[in-house]
Amino acid sequence: GISHLTTCLCNKSLILLLFQDSEFDPLKFTSVIECENPNNDLSRFRGSIVHKSGKKDGLFKENLLLRGCTIRNTEEVVGIVIYAGHETKALLNNNGPRYKRSKLERQMNADVLWCILILLIMCLFSAIGHGLWVWQYGEKKKPVFDVPGPDGKYLSPVLASVYLFLTAIIVFQVMIPISLYVSIEIVKICQVYFIHQDKDLYDEETDSQLQCRALNITEDLGQVQFIFSDKTGTLTENKMVFRRCTVSGIEYSHDDNAKRLAMYQEPDSEEEEAAPKGGTLSQRDSICSHQSIKVIHRSQSTKTHRRTGSRAEAKRASILSKHTAFSSPMEKDITPDPSLLEKVNECAKHLEIMRGHEQPLSHLSPELCDIFDFFIALTICNTVVVTAPNQPRQKVRDRFELKSPVKTIEDFIRRLTPSRLTSGSNSSSSSSLATNKSMHRFGLSILSSTSTESTLLKLEEKLAYSAQMNNNGYSSQQGRMAVGSGPEEGELRYEAESPDEAALVYAARAYNCSLVGRLSDQVSVELPHLGTLNFEVLHTLGFDSIRKRMSVVVRHPLTDEINVYTKGADSVIMDLLLPCSSGDPRGKHQKKIQTKTQNYLNLYAVDGLRTLCIAKRVLSKEEYACWLKSHLEAESSIENREELLFQSALQIEKNLHLLGATGIEDRLQDGVPETIASLRKAGLQIWVLTGDKQETAVNIAYACKLLDHDEEIITLNAESPETCAILLEQCLQCIESKFSNNTIDEATGNMTVGFTPLYPPSSPVLSSLGLVIDGRTLAYALEPTLEDKFLALAKRCRSVLCCRSTPLQKSMVVKLVRDKLKAMTLAIGDGANDVSMIQVADVGVGISGQEGMQAVMASDFAIPRFRHLEKLLLVHGHWCYSRLANMVLYFFYKNAMFVALLFWYQFYCGFSGSSMVDQWYLIFFNLLFSSLPQLITGVLDKDVPAEVLLSVPQLYKSGQNMEEYQPHMFWMNMIDAMYQSLVCFFIPYFTYYDSEVDIFSWGTPITTTALFTIILHLAIETKTWTFLHWSSCIFSILLFFFVALVYNASCPVCHPPSNPYWTMERLMGDPIFYFTCIISPVVALLPRFLCRTLQGTLFPTQLQLGRQLSKLSPEIRNQLLTKLNVKKGPIHQTQSFANSFSPNLVSNASDSFKPYNQNTPSPASPTNESLFQEHKKAERATDLIVSASPQSALFYEESSLPSSAHSQERSVGFHEITHSTSEMELSSMGATFPWSSAVDQTDFSLLKWITSTPLFSRFGTVLQVSSSSLQNETQDSMCVLDSSLQEDFKDLKEQSSNNFQNKMKGTPP
Amino acid sequence: MAVNYSAKEEADGHPAGAGPGGGAATGGGGAVKTRKPDNTAFKQQRLPAWQPILTAGTVLPAFFIIGLIFIPIGIGIFVTSNNIREYEIDYTGIEPSSPCNKCLNVSWDSTPPCTCTINFTLEHSFESNVFMYYGLSNFYQNHRRYVKSRDDSQLNGDNSSLLNPSKECEPYRTNEDKPIAPCGAIANSMFNDTLELYHVENDTRTAITLIKKGIAWWTDKNVKFRNPTGDGNNLTALFQGTTKPVNWPKPVYMLDSEPDNNGFINEDFIVWMRTAALPTFRKLYRLIERKSNLQPTLQAGKYSLDITYNYPVHSFDGRKRMILSTISWMGGKNPFLGIAYITVGSICFFLGVVLLIIHHKYGNRNTSADIPN
Repeated sequence: GISHLTTCLCNKSLILLLFQDSEFDPLKFTSVIECENPNNDLSRFRGSIVHKSGKKDGLFKENLLLRGCTIRNTEEVVGIVIYAGHETKALLNNNGPRYKRSKLERQMNADVLWCILILLIMCLFSAIGHGLWVWQYGEKKKPVFDVPGPDGKYLSPVLASVYLFLTAIIVFQVMIPISLYVSIEIVKICQVYFIHQDKDLYDEETDSQLQCRALNITEDLGQVQFIFSDKTGTLTENKMVFRRCTVSGIEYSHDDNAKRLAMYQEPDSEEEEAAPKGGTLSQRDSICSHQSIKVIHRSQSTKTHRRTGSRAEAKRASILSKHTAFSSPMEKDITPDPSLLEKVNECAKHLEIMRGHEQPLSHLSPELCDIFDFFIALTICNTVVVTAPNQPRQKVRDRFELKSPVKTIEDFIRRLTPSRLTSGSNSSSSSSLATNKSMHRFGLSILSSTSTESTLLKLEEKLAYSAQMNNNGYSSQQGRMAVGSGPEEGELRYEAESPDEAALVYAARAYNCSLVGRLSDQVSVELPHLGTLNFEVLHTLGFDSIRKRMSVVVRHPLTDEINVYTKGADSVIMDLLLPCSSGDPRGKHQKKIQTKTQNYLNLYAVDGLRTLCIAKRVLSKEEYACWLKSHLEAESSIENREELLFQSALQIEKNLHLLGATGIEDRLQDGVPETIASLRKAGLQIWVLTGDKQETAVNIAYACKLLDHDEEIITLNAESPETCAILLEQCLQCIESKFSNNTIDEATGNMTVGFTPLYPPSSPVLSSLGLVIDGRTLAYALEPTLEDKFLALAKRCRSVLCCRSTPLQKSMVVKLVRDKLKAMTLAIGDGANDVSMIQVADVGVGISGQEGMQAVMASDFAIPRFRHLEKLLLVHGHWCYSRLANMVLYFFYKNAMFVALLFWYQFYCGFSGSSMVDQWYLIFFNLLFSSLPQLITGVLDKDVPAEVLLSVPQLYKSGQNMEEYQPHMFWMNMIDAMYQSLVCFFIPYFTYYDSEVDIFSWGTPITTTALFTIILHLAIETKTWTFLHWSSCIFSILLFFFVALVYNASCPVCHPPSNPYWTMERLMGDPIFYFTCIISPVVALLPRFLCRTLQGTLFPTQLQLGRQLSKLSPEIRNQLLTKLNVKKGPIHQTQSFANSFSPNLVSNASDSFKPYNQNTPSPASPTNESLFQEHKKAERATDLIVSASPQSALFYEESSLPSSAHSQERSVGFHEITHSTSEMELSSMGATFPWSSAVDQTDFSLLKWITSTPLFSRFGTVLQVSSSSLQNETQDSMCVLDSSLQEDFKDLKEQSSNNFQNKMKGTPP
Repeated sequence: MAVNYSAKEEADGHPAGAGPGGGAATGGGGAVKTRKPDNTAFKQQRLPAWQPILTAGTVLPAFFIIGLIFIPIGIGIFVTSNNIREYEIDYTGIEPSSPCNKCLNVSWDSTPPCTCTINFTLEHSFESNVFMYYGLSNFYQNHRRYVKSRDDSQLNGDNSSLLNPSKECEPYRTNEDKPIAPCGAIANSMFNDTLELYHVENDTRTAITLIKKGIAWWTDKNVKFRNPTGDGNNLTALFQGTTKPVNWPKPVYMLDSEPDNNGFINEDFIVWMRTAALPTFRKLYRLIERKSNLQPTLQAGKYSLDITYNYPVHSFDGRKRMILSTISWMGGKNPFLGIAYITVGSICFFLGVVLLIIHHKYGNRNTSADIPN
């Protein structure tokens, strides 16, 4: 679940039309609204409102408020309901609940059908046998024992066999295990009880425990193959915390802050609940839509009106009400880094002095200047709304008459006129108000999509004050005091579109640079020693996922310069920096800063922090004027306005000056990386389906170890179905070719050098692929034509990350995997947007206590935290599965074995349907005598202890592979049942052959024997014997004897025809009875026992090994376990070597918005084609590299070998080859080739070349590691090693990459 | 976190008092009844348990023990069974040479009963009490409809059932509108050959005393089967209003001369009514008690068997036998169980040895617990 604060936009003209300066009166509203039919597309709404006058106003998704949204800072809402009830998008996104039946049960049902078939065969056999038996006596000489019917007539053989068929069905009906269903239900209920009672699945902090809401799919937990996880709120706590920052190349690690965060580990969970919700459907960064036309009134409502679902606890509710917005104390309170704080203070002091002396800002040292700008940027480059909670409510009538971003040239010119000249306290603002007002009146205003106009927070006095400040640039000390003494200054709350923005603002506040107010056109920042500065916001260029950055254009109050503050992903910002000439020292210094910052950024990324770069650009007025012109054109254009705006943003966001970088932590829940690691070891494929933007998702994926830094990431971003198809095809081909090439090369390498590779040839490449796909591409990929390819690709990837996916897409992905791969899927999520996914998956898990109850209500299991999934799956899932599987198999066996006894008897009673087992025993056998032990075993048996299951997650695979209950096992069990019943039948048969024994004196020993056999069979299958097992087995046997004795003594005439009077008593005085009952089970169970023993000795399964592991003393066990992990270690590393040489396939094949394509006159698609061809070339080149590298790695490692000199020589040769190929590639690629992977390759080959020179050969292995990490743009810890070598080498890399990038983009340096 | 958690775990014994460890912000979970599950061995599935692992090393003692126990038992049973004397004559008369061949196609009610005499020689003397059986083969007394075809309450002397037998007896319930006593197919098909045994010594035939009481289960004779009650002990009067089974030559109250072996409590009848489990069966016919300690019950020598051949079995390829057998603590002669025990014991012993070898060869391998990934 993700909470979003989005500023809601109302069409001003619309509002004006609706209101006409008066209150909205529904009765007078006569316009007609035309809109599209209800659909489930959350990101789209089209409609129009037709007024009486015939005027038509468009309605867009910005005007739609979706069901489940929370309206905040709003006093009154006037709206029109467009969709209601089941037509709302929220409900249309929810598929109905699905009846879930567990996989095991489905399999079982198939076997029940087999049982029925066996039954029919047995009946048919008996019927035919009986027919023949009757027929052999002929018509005339009927024997005395063939009793005619009541009318004294004999049946014809055919009729007799027909009747017997029906009789046999009744006799053999036990074969159909009806009691199995009852037993399974009982066992499941008990299993659920035990899962409930597990204290490891109890969350202390929220006082919530696991809830099993579905009683019938516990065993599915043990068979899950795919986990589909939501990200926010599931993997993370959805709390952004500022962690570290780098300003002008100096890292401030904020160690105190880290310590504080560690402290928060404990109490913060309580606060978690305070994290607000987006409502039933989180909007996932989409701009908040309005369900109706509405007017937003300003309000300073303190309380958040959250949908808390059916949350009951008053405790929580009280906590909830205490916190308003996106801010738990953990997020708010940031302990500043002392050194940085010092610098800030110093800077502030300087500024104060300067202000006193009216000196320009440039006298500040560059570093302090950067620091100052850095914090200014943190504070203002966002869309954070400031809320003062206890503000008295005010209705401000002139709510629309706000200043807005510059709209017209005139406006700009007016604003640019130095404000000092316009004397008078608030003339500037009032004049602009006036113009704006008039503009609104005429309906001319077109709002930029992300301006913050309507989230209104305006304090009257502040407005006046700020206007004044605007005029003279410097704010007065007095003013600061005024604000400082203002009510609840410290209580200011920040509400942001995305929580990380708020985190940055809080971080800045920790350095006394606090955002005190935001209006549509100005931001008030309070600074130490300087008081409040008002920045005039000229433009806000909102965030979008293509640019991956946002900017604000402001006029700096101190310098009166036009500044552009840009905040964005490091990958894009770094490319947009002002290229610094290496000649002049300033540029060199700047370059060094960039390099350092990049290093730190990489470090942050390794730590899983969300990195943001902050940059600044000072625009000259001419530049600005020039840009403004095009921007206004873009804004006013109606067709492809978005695209034009995009272009205009690109124009201003360039030649930036890097200020610094921040690392924000989206705090993972406790134990998420560990859980993911162990789930993955357990063979589960984890997909993360999130509505988040790609960068965030990737960052989190790294943080929670879903993606590894030595993993190759395939990113699929396509703009059209065609590109998507091509991309998929390419990726598949590339993977396949790479895979096959790798293996071939390995083989040849082995032959020539005679080394055994350290890594196993089996699928090392496959295991380390990650796939990142965004929502739009996903939509294309999910189309029927492409879904197979998509799956084929996804199947090969170790982890899949779907970003920006809608709830329905999530469920479609789950459904696709479930149906196409026939895999067992588990979906876990916490919010309402996960509901449909949870319902579609085989197992739906809801995270309770975070995000309302929708997910929990839809789920089958609700767990308090993500980490509980580990025990739930690995332990309980495994147990439930193995218990139930064993029980089902046992049940089939048991019934078959018992029925077969009766069947064999048919051969000796003329197939007459006679039974030697007393009818009451027949009834009670399943019900009483043999039911309890199997129930106890089904509930309590533990094949492997919990500790072992957790420490060796691989054991979980047995469930995925259905090892406990495979189709052939049913038949093995049937055969075993046949054998056992033959033994149990024929031992008494031969023992009592030709004796005076009567039917029931003979049948009773058989029954007893069968009971012994069945219980001992269970004993063989039981892995854990508690006193309950013992007592249930003993109880069952004693019960049988007790019932038999009582029954046989009770009544001499009661039970015709068996009339077993005194049979048991007599048998128990007969030694033969005991001898029979001892030998039969022994003979019957000998094969099974022997098989189990031999198999356990010679070919032990993993589970058996796990069981043995649990028997060992803890020390030895730990030793073994570490050995197990170590064994995997080196393999993993070599894998990383092998994989790191392949290109990073960042395939940005967008055609329309692509900046690079601007220059190329040719249409987009041919370019793409050629790109792919180029890419293929690159592939080939990299294959060569791949082929060379593992060997060289080996050579370096094995330098002690006698032939080391020779091998080095060879390796040099290799690398020269790779070098030359990459040079070729470089030249062939041309200037328009936008593949970032190419850059990596060149760097990399350069690196390789360096490493291959004999001088560096000793560092070979080290460099291998570092180079691999470099290539993935994420450096290992190796890179921070304080070695000059490393530094140089990175410089080299930087240089080459920068040059190349510049070349590629064709941007003027 | 971990430290705190375990601390709470310990405090779990007294839930109400223990405040949440260290966390003031947790909002007083102590006072509120928590939903934390009890930390009991049962609920946490940590009951003390025995976890046997089936490997060669662990199970081979079991094999040896089974072997060592079974072989002596087997030998004991086998020896006992071998010590039992048994003699069997098939008197069906299928072979033309057989004296009873003439009676082969006898019917139920041939008025001059067909008799035949079979001479035989006992090679060994029968020392202890001898049980005389008649055996039938290919006689499906366990046929489903046959087994049902009786009325236990009638046989138990219930007067109403006597005159109104159960429907189960159909079609042998009534005959000429009179209730049949005893009703049903079992009674109707009662074995009615008479066997008499003579010791032939120098052409003199000495009749051997055959005891016809004590051949049925005591409970059958005294509990399950009872004659109808009424005034007086005159069975004829008590069975008034009933008719004999169709195949019987005489009514039930004329089965024997002695009153305590007549009517429903006639032991031959009771023995017949205990339906045999298998199509080849024997039923106890008479007892031959050992007279004195000096003489064996039946000396080795020549004997002749006089048969009043009434019971037709030829129509359904049945066989009739007369069996003389002594008896031991384990019943009649049956070598099967002894052989089975010896065989199973030997196999177990052998498997034990095999497992021992396996254990020595492979047993140690498992300690390395190599769980593949």
